[in-house]
Order: sequence, then structure tokens, then C-alpha cells
Amino acid sequence: MSTVNPADGAQAVDRSPQKSRGAHRRWWLKPRFAISGSIVLLMILMAAFPQLFTGFGPGPTESCDILKSNQPPSAAHLFGIDIQGCDYYTNVIYGARASILVGIVVSAIAFGIAALVGAVAGYFGGWVDAVISRVCDMAFGLPFILAAIVVLQLFSERNVWTVIFALSLFAWPGGVRFMRSSVLEVRNREYVQASRLLGASNGRIIAKHIVPNAITPLLVLQTLGVGGMISAEAGLTFIGIGLTPPSVSWGLQLAAARDYIDAAPHLLLFPAVFLTITVLGFVLFGEAMRDEFDPKGK
Amino acid sequence: MLGYTVRRILQMIPVLLGATFIIYALTFLMPGDPISALTGERPLPEATVMQIRQAYHLDDPFFVQYGNYILGVFRGDFGIDFFGRPVLDLILERLPVTFALALTAWVLKLFIGLVIGVYGGLRRGQSGDHFALVFTVLFMGVPGFVIALGAQTYFGVHLGWVDPAGIRAGWPMAFILPALVMAFEAAAGLARLTRTSLVEVLRAEYLRTAKAKGLSPRRIIWGHALRNAMIPVVTYLGLSLAGMLGGAVIIEAIFNIPGIGGLMVSSINNKEGTIVVGIATLLVLVYLVFNLLVDLTYGLIDPRVRI
Amino acid sequence: MSTAHEAANPLLEIKDLRVEFATRQGVATAINGVDLSLQRGRALGILGESGSGKSVTARTIMGLLDTPPAKVTGGQILLDGEDLLAVTPKRRRELNSASVAMVFQDALSALNPVHPVGRQIGELYRVHRGYSPAEAKKAAIQMMDRVRIPVAASRVNDYPHQFSGGMRQRIVIAMALALDPQLLIADEPTTALDVTVQAQILELLTEQQVENNMGLILITHDISVVREVTDQVAVMYAGRIVENGPTAQVLSEPAHPYTRGLASSVASEELKGQLLPAIPGSPPDLLNLPAGCAFAGRCHLANQQCATEVPELDEIAAQRHTACFNSQEVLAHA
Repeated sequence: MSTVNPADGAQAVDRSPQKSRGAHRRWWLKPRFAISGSIVLLMILMAAFPQLFTGFGPGPTESCDILKSNQPPSAAHLFGIDIQGCDYYTNVIYGARASILVGIVVSAIAFGIAALVGAVAGYFGGWVDAVISRVCDMAFGLPFILAAIVVLQLFSERNVWTVIFALSLFAWPGGVRFMRSSVLEVRNREYVQASRLLGASNGRIIAKHIVPNAITPLLVLQTLGVGGMISAEAGLTFIGIGLTPPSVSWGLQLAAARDYIDAAPHLLLFPAVFLTITVLGFVLFGEAMRDEFDPKGK
Repeated sequence: MLGYTVRRILQMIPVLLGATFIIYALTFLMPGDPISALTGERPLPEATVMQIRQAYHLDDPFFVQYGNYILGVFRGDFGIDFFGRPVLDLILERLPVTFALALTAWVLKLFIGLVIGVYGGLRRGQSGDHFALVFTVLFMGVPGFVIALGAQTYFGVHLGWVDPAGIRAGWPMAFILPALVMAFEAAAGLARLTRTSLVEVLRAEYLRTAKAKGLSPRRIIWGHALRNAMIPVVTYLGLSLAGMLGGAVIIEAIFNIPGIGGLMVSSINNKEGTIVVGIATLLVLVYLVFNLLVDLTYGLIDPRVRI
Repeated sequence: MSTAHEAANPLLEIKDLRVEFATRQGVATAINGVDLSLQRGRALGILGESGSGKSVTARTIMGLLDTPPAKVTGGQILLDGEDLLAVTPKRRRELNSASVAMVFQDALSALNPVHPVGRQIGELYRVHRGYSPAEAKKAAIQMMDRVRIPVAASRVNDYPHQFSGGMRQRIVIAMALALDPQLLIADEPTTALDVTVQAQILELLTEQQVENNMGLILITHDISVVREVTDQVAVMYAGRIVENGPTAQVLSEPAHPYTRGLASSVASEELKGQLLPAIPGSPPDLLNLPAGCAFAGRCHLANQQCATEVPELDEIAAQRHTACFNSQEVLAHA
């Protein structure tokens, strides 16, 4: 309190209270960040080291007993047993990998393309911008899910990387437009003009001034998109156009469980709960990030 | 206005060409031979295969095929499928179902999203707003098809209020559940946008003026705040209707609704490239037309935009 | 009308007004015991830098504070004897524009971008006087004529963005004058305008004030505007009035070191060729107001008493008050 600049107080009165600079301190300790961040971290950990959660026991398709098919949850099998007679808890844990990988990698690719292409379009303007914007329009005109379906059908067997490829192909136009408009905002600021006058090259200006100052909103946007990509993957897999066996994923588990809704509802419940918590975690995390770093988008 | 419209229509052409080209190229790359998919186990005589290949121009270079196709589209000819039926007829037969679904969902979403958004925006920071926020996060966070599955199981199978799948009951009964699922999923985004926009407008200086004019809170909200708050919302709404047509695919699959989503999936399985491209072309067209309509409406609700 | 009678029944009387703002860092005192009074047909200037509380005072009179974060913690605002802080919301709405109206600083943001200006002016007649749409439009055109907008009848359906800055401010003034209020508050009405347009707008305000025998409160940080338009001036600093009195006297012989600083920061003939004197330091932290005089930290005359006691607003001459322990010294050095 005593460190507050006197002028801040006066300002606080003239325009209704504004977020103080101090609010940025220790943002990761805020409850929303803490909760959503823990979920995200837990899921990433689950995707990377599923063994940590299954007690280094047998893998998802090992030690199955077809005679025990569709048994409900018990002390020995917390989530019950699936159609093939495998321990469902192990299967659900191992299912995290596909979802997390697709969500994060697709968003990261979209982020990379959007940052680069958007920066180029916004910075150079003119015909470069016109061409890029028209290409974005074209890709935007295609409904995302439909385009992904068409691409996915080119492959008869589809693993995580196939799905990542298909989703990435059409995941970037929104980000490019977004980046382009933030670059347009930054481009004419005085420090950019100053460094241009000082003879900096275009590449240097883009790398040192444009991208660092325009990238935060894009980062937030793409973080918010991770959840969407995860549900897109699960949805596509669920209707039989995404991952195919032998991949292990929540979408596949849900699709398989659908035929046993009455006999074994637990098969539907657990992957659905895990999927929901994961998507929710990423969405909450993205929102918390946005409120913190991009107050304009609030 | 007319000049602007014409200019916009001309601008649509390269976008339409580009988008259909992408889809056309992708289906062209589809593995498997369409003729063998058509005939199944029994191979056709060489001469017949040649004849079919010629009839469908399958041996022409790719660009020639695409050129012929797009010229046809401009004449309203989307080609024929392998059974000789015009693709446009096939699509038009299914389109009303998807339109009914998407439109129902859109209207429901409009209602849900605007009500929640306006409610949250007017009660910013109060418990009602927090409740609305939790609601929207929940529906944004829970994957749509999980909601669909849950709703189908609970309302369709358990309670038996509606048929769990199919459209035998006709509109509206058969469409309510899938449309509600789509609406709730999409309403979250709309509610968010409406709330944000309204909160921003409520801080505007001209609302202070309205208060200084001694207007009632009701008049301030309805006469001065909402119309301004709706400006960004209208853009989003127009585009989202086009998006819902495409997004209906997964919901159609889950609820077994015979719309263009189902047609698309079955066409992909049968290697019926012309149908896939036809659907995509039509959806791109719909998207572009909506885009244009939205931009034209924009000038009506925001006088600062002169077109 | 005798002077004694006027003094007993002022148009506006503010008594010990206090307003606080709840901020993230704590409670900021925006207005800390303000007394003001204004007669009919007179113009009062409120002078001060940003954060001094002058705009908050105006908004409090108009009932435009956002509560929360703002909170009126004490005092009275009597308009013709009626306490504006105690009236019902309905009565408040009746009074707004009809009895007390406001001209805002930035006309572009003060006007609703999606409604034609005629409708925005006419709305007042529709709501307060129950005019029909046609009558309201006619009244709006008359009002636009009165503030001298050329060919008003053909511009009544235009939107705010289609007008120039000066014309927009005239529309805002037309809106404020539409219902013939007794009191007009103008909050920095010319700050956003070109210098030539500024003069025209001030002239219009003065003319309308005199013609309609209105009370006018002009809020500004611009001494030349105060000098030109107002009869009386109140100088605000850190939520208090530190000096008031007839404009000419206060500005030529300031009795408070802050007023003297302000007055001498305006370039004048005598200062030609010299550096403009500035007031050193910055305004106090409204979250932690000092125990004594808020200006003490920036005052070259400050002594032990200034640091511990808050000076009262005392009469130093007929109609003149100042809140400074060393006012005689300030006057002597003027």
C-alpha cells in the first residue's frame, strides 16, 4: 500500500477502479489458476507417464480375461472391466494420451502457423496480406469438422498423428486473422517506427518488436482452443471417423460402450467424466490466462 | 449499396473456387477405386470399366475434371452419382432435414444465449452473473457429443420422452433433443459475447448521458444499451448459422438423423466423391451468402458503417 | 430582488459533501467536505487538476456516480431547497434534465452512435413531456436552431458521427437545454475542441445562461475559461475547496498558495521571456490523505501547523474564503 504512487490514487478516482500493477504479482496462486492448472498438469502427466497412475502394472491390453467382460466396478477393478475383459481403469488412464496429444499438438501447430503467417500478413500488408487473407477466407469457408472428415477419410487406419494432421490442416485460419489484427495494432507504434528509422531489417523488427508485442492474445486464444480440439478429436473418433483401434482413446471407449448402455453403463461413465474434466480444465485454464494477460478480451 | 453488394459477390468467387478446389483435390486423393467400390466382389469386364471411366471423365487430367465440375456448378449442375442420380437432388432431398435441425438449434441458441448473456451483463459481478458464467463455462467445457449421449440416454432411453434416435416423430418432437444439445453447446459462446459486449456498452459515456437525461433504467437498457451491444453479436449470429449446418454432422450421426451429415459420411464410405464435393460446395456457398447478408445487415444496425 | 434574499435562497447549495471510492488498494477520498452555493443567473467555475474531485462533484450533483465503487458518505445537495441526495429514484429522474442538466466533455462519446441526433434530443420531450414523435421532432429542430446548427431541419435525422466536433458539442448543449433547466453543469465542455471552436462554444453557453437566467457550473482546469465565463470561482484540491470568491479577485490576488501556483502557471505579459513557473510535486495520494493540509507537501510556506492541522475555509474578505494558515503571507507576496 505504501508503495503506491500517489498519482495512482488520483487516477483510481477519476476512472472507476482499475487493476493495479500489483495484481499481476503471483497470479499463479489465484484459485482459478491453481485449480485449472492442476487439472491440466495432472492430465499432461497422465498422458506422458500413465504408468504412474496404474502402479506400473500391466498395460491397457495386457492381462485381460474375456470371461470377465463388462463387469461393474469392484475393489480389484475400480472402474470395472470392459468388453474385452480388460481392466477399465488402466484403459481410461492410457486414453488420456491421445486426447492430450491431439489437443496440445494441434493447438501448438495452429499457434506457430498463425504467429508466423499472421505477423507477415499484418506487417507487410499490400498484396502479401491480400493473398493470405483470401486463403484464410477459403479455409474459413469450409466447415471445420467437415473438412477434417474429408481429410481423415483419406486414411484407412488412423492413429494420433493422422488425426493431428487432419485437424491441423484447417485449424489455423482463425489464429492468422487474430494475429494479423493484433500486428496491425502494434505495427504503427512509435517504438517500431523508431527501430525502422534506425535501420533495423524487416526480419529483425518482426522478431524483436512485432511478434513479442502481439503474441500474448494469440497464445491465450490457442490455449482456449485446446479444449475444443480435444472434444473435436473425441467426437470424430466417436462417430467412427477419428482414431481407429488399436489406438486407445476416450472417444473409442465411448463408441464401444454405446452398445452396452444398459448392460454396462460404467463403460460410458468413466471416459465421459475424464474427457469432460480434461476439456473443462483446459477451457478454465485458458479463461484464467485470458483474464490475467489479456484484460481486453474479458 | 448495390455497388457494394456486387463487389462483395465478385469477391466471393475466388473464395468459392479455392474452397471447392481444396475439397475436390482431397476427394480426388481418396484411396480406393470408385468403380470397384461400386461393383463389389464381381469384377466388371475391361470394356465396361473403360466405358464407365469415360462416361465419368475419370481419365481426364485433374484440372480438366475440376474445371468441368465448377463450370457445371455455376449452371446448377453438381454432377451425378454412380447410380446416375443428380447430386443436387440427393443433397436437396437431405438438406431440409439438416436445415430444420440447424435452424431449430440456432433459434434455441439465440434465445438461450441472449437471455443468459443479457442477464449476466446487467448483473455484472453479482451472484446471477457468476451463475451465468459457471453455466457457460460448463457448456463450453463439456464436449457436445457427451451431452448428446447423456441426453439421448436419459431423456430418450430412460424417460422415453422422445425417440432416442431417428426422425419418425417429425418436427418438432424428433428435433428438439438434438437441437437443444447443439443449442446449449453453442449458446455458451453467444452468451459470453453478449455479456462482454453489454458490459462494455454499459460503461459507455452515452449511457451516462442517458441517465443524465432522466430516462428510466428500462428505457436506458432497451433504447440505448442493447442495440449498441448487439452490433458485434449480429456478425457472430449470422456466421454461426452457417457453422451449425456443418457442425450438425456429429449430432446427426449420434441421433441417427438422415441429414446431409449422414449423406456425407455414407458417401465417403462409398467413395462417392461427387456427393462429398457437392455437399462441401453447397455449404461453402451458404457460408458465403450468410457472410454477405451479415455484412449488409451491419450497415442497418450500425449507422457508422456506410455501405 | 435583494441580495439578502438571494443569499438566503440560493439555487444550489452543497453542504459538507463527502464521497469515497472503494478501490482495490483501499478507500480513496474523492470529495472531503465540500461546501458550495450558487445563485440563479450566476456562473460558478470549479477549477482544479485531475483527481481534485471537480468532476466527481458534478457527477454527484447529477446522480451519475457509479455506486459502487463510489459512495456518498455525507452531506446535502440542495437544489431549490430539495436535497438531491435524499430524493427517490423516480423524483431524481424527473429532476434530471428538467431542473439540472449536464454538458459532457467529449460529445462524440456522449452521444449514442446508433440514434439520429434529432431522436436523441426529442427523446427528452417524449419522456418528460409526453410529446408525440412528430412534436418531439419539431421541438428538437427548434432546439438545434437555438444552438445555431445550420439547416437544422435537414440534419435532424443525421447521426452523431456525421457532425463536426463543434457541431456535436452544440447538440449536446441542445440536449442539456431542451427542458429549460435551472442549473446547467458543464464538465470540461471545450477541452476536446479546437481553440477557435472553444470560443464559440463558451460564447453559446454564456449567452444561453444569461438569456434563461440559469445557474451555470463550469468545471475546468483551464484558468482562461474560468476568467472568461464565470462570476465566481471555487478552487479544488484533493477533494476540498481551498479557495473561493469572485473570479476576478481570486485570480488576480490569490490567497492560497495553490491558486497562486495555478494563476502564475498561465503565461502572461509580465512573464514573457521567462520560464513558466510550475507547481512542484504531484497531488497527494487520495488513499492516504495527509493528516494536515493536503497541499503542504508541495507548499514552500508549509510549517509545523500545516503538517498536523487541516486549515478551515475561512473568510478573508467580503465573499472571499481560503483554507490556508498563511493566506495573509500569500496575499502580501502577490
